[in-house]
Amino acid sequence: MTRYLKGMALAGMSSAMALVGSAASAVEIEYWQYFFDARVTAMEQLIENFEAANPDITVKMTHFPYADYRTKVAAAIPAGEGPDVVQLFYGWLNDYVAADLIQPLPAETFPASQIDEDFFPMVQAMKDGDQYWALPTAVRSLALFYNERLLDEAGVEPPTTFDEMMTAAKAMTKRDGAGNITQVGMTAGMTAQDHHWWREGLIRQFGGEPYLDDYQTVNYNSDAGLQALEFYASLFSGDDAVSAIGFMDEPQAAFKAGRAGFHIDGSFRIGSLDKTRGLKWGVTELPATAEGARSNYSSYWVNAITTKAEGEKYDAAVKFMEYVTSDEAMQIWLDVVGELPAKPSVGLTEANANNETYGPFIRGLAYANTTKFANESGQRQLMVEMVERMTLEGMSAADSLAIAAEAEQKILDDYYK
Amino acid sequence: MQFYSNLSIKQKQIVWAWGFLALPVLFYGIIRFYPTGTAFVISFQEWNLLGDRTWIGWENYIELWNDPVFWKVFVNTFEYLLIGTPLSLVVSFIIAYHLDKLRFMHGFLRMLYFLPFMTSAVAMAWVWRWFYQDVPIGLFNNLLAAIGIPQIAFLNSTTNALPAVLAPAVWAGLGFQVIIFMAGLRAIPQSYYEAAKIDGVGWWTVLTQITIPLLRPTIVFIVVFSSIGFLRIFDHVFNMTTNNPGGPLNSTKPLVLMIYDIAFNGFNMGYAAAQTVVLFLILLLVSLAQLWLLRSD
Repeated sequence: MTRYLKGMALAGMSSAMALVGSAASAVEIEYWQYFFDARVTAMEQLIENFEAANPDITVKMTHFPYADYRTKVAAAIPAGEGPDVVQLFYGWLNDYVAADLIQPLPAETFPASQIDEDFFPMVQAMKDGDQYWALPTAVRSLALFYNERLLDEAGVEPPTTFDEMMTAAKAMTKRDGAGNITQVGMTAGMTAQDHHWWREGLIRQFGGEPYLDDYQTVNYNSDAGLQALEFYASLFSGDDAVSAIGFMDEPQAAFKAGRAGFHIDGSFRIGSLDKTRGLKWGVTELPATAEGARSNYSSYWVNAITTKAEGEKYDAAVKFMEYVTSDEAMQIWLDVVGELPAKPSVGLTEANANNETYGPFIRGLAYANTTKFANESGQRQLMVEMVERMTLEGMSAADSLAIAAEAEQKILDDYYK
Repeated sequence: MQFYSNLSIKQKQIVWAWGFLALPVLFYGIIRFYPTGTAFVISFQEWNLLGDRTWIGWENYIELWNDPVFWKVFVNTFEYLLIGTPLSLVVSFIIAYHLDKLRFMHGFLRMLYFLPFMTSAVAMAWVWRWFYQDVPIGLFNNLLAAIGIPQIAFLNSTTNALPAVLAPAVWAGLGFQVIIFMAGLRAIPQSYYEAAKIDGVGWWTVLTQITIPLLRPTIVFIVVFSSIGFLRIFDHVFNMTTNNPGGPLNSTKPLVLMIYDIAFNGFNMGYAAAQTVVLFLILLLVSLAQLWLLRSD
């Protein structure tokens, strides 16, 4: 019995030694992102390629439902648990920096001047002095989706200007005998992507500047803002409306069901539209004004190294960051997720920029702006309510705009105080 | 061990009692009371979940007092309570009263009434959300359109949305209340009814003088139970208005949804905690009223 026990103890010790031995030669770093099927698949591919190139590093990916993501990150990193490399929304950067959750990328590997040159300009929001805090693999922008069957039926072409868009949308709108809309020429609803289109697209196209002071001051309570709002409201008000708020519950649902001619949405919608049977769709750049003024909105998720990563884990994390911001990784991300490469060197290749599906989004990046949100859902809600005051309570566009501007300024003031 | 054997029987009993009680006490202490206490502390702080907590005194409560959205939401919460509770009470009593007298297919009908209570609130809310849509997809509006009546904006209206959201919530709770009422009705001794019959009393008098007074404990239970339910309404509202939670223009937003939104979309934990404290006080008052009502029984 004693001999047996001794044998057991010896075996246990030697296997423990083996574990220690293997830990010394290989570094494991942890990567966290929120759960979205295509993103997880793409990251698995990236990790596989990275591990093949760096056999001494293993990357362990963990993902959570979006709703829990921020809470888990916040709880884990200060406790010394959790990720070495973490994914976050660009709008959260200030909070993550202030909470000491992430550390700047090393200037030797990621020199700011080089990144300024290599990446699309909106990425500079991640820069502080001569160091970058975080970098994206992919970016997103907006474009106008159209239903080919409905366009053909109405005998109209994909539009390039607002006027063409409105004319085509009118031709595609259908009503029943009682005047209820049964098919919209164009979807509308601030709950979807329209609030981005309004802020960074329409206002700028009407000659305005939505925010001042690095997005700390609301500036859309102006003539341009009013014109933009009135144009937007003309989609769904009056007898010749081409849209209805809440039509078929959600704008993207109406478009998927083939009951909407036009729909403004992000490149991330491509995947789900591709899977919709019987829907023939195309995509074109957001329409310009008669003078040719264009503007677009772009947003992105970034990866950053957390304060938890130290020593060899830090070195491994830097290598991993280098890989996920490489040209190769961006192409994989585009092919798998449908999100646009963050570097012109990948995005603006002949094949990508002229791609029928991705092209309009990629070309849109050239004139895109990125809103710095303090509380994205809160600020979106104000746009939703701005329209609701007009449609449900009959308030004038000017009054409703003023209320929204004041309320949004309050959110910004509370955040930046 | 020496220590234990020196104890008197009475003391040993106490040791054993606490031994057995330790688990629930620990459970309540750690899982219930500790977070509750923390929520009270956070309500006096500013915290965005990531950074440090800073002490700001009564500021969250002052902000709450001056927030028009909070008062709108406060009124909504009581609208859910004051429409939902009496309505579900009356409807479930009428159903239970008649179901109790029915023999034919009694079990089957009772099952039908109970079925919604077992259904997931999320699934139910989404189906009702579809019912309420405008033409061409909404069930109700398609029916109205088919017979030439103009469609009604159910959810996309500041006046209709709250009752429209409340309806499935009332319906879902009916099954449970019907079962409780039927149990209460069965518990009334038949001898009272026989005595009433001998005296030749009409059904209205039987109802108001015998049935309802003797159902009082049942009624108190259902009122308190459903009041707390309606004060905490969340899942129906959230799922029927996910794109615009509590909208349009906050007309359906209950307190719990506002707390959720401020905490987990706005990451303003202190302000959200102050609201939970207010909700706690409201629920406490309702529960105290329950105790008071039961005592005077």
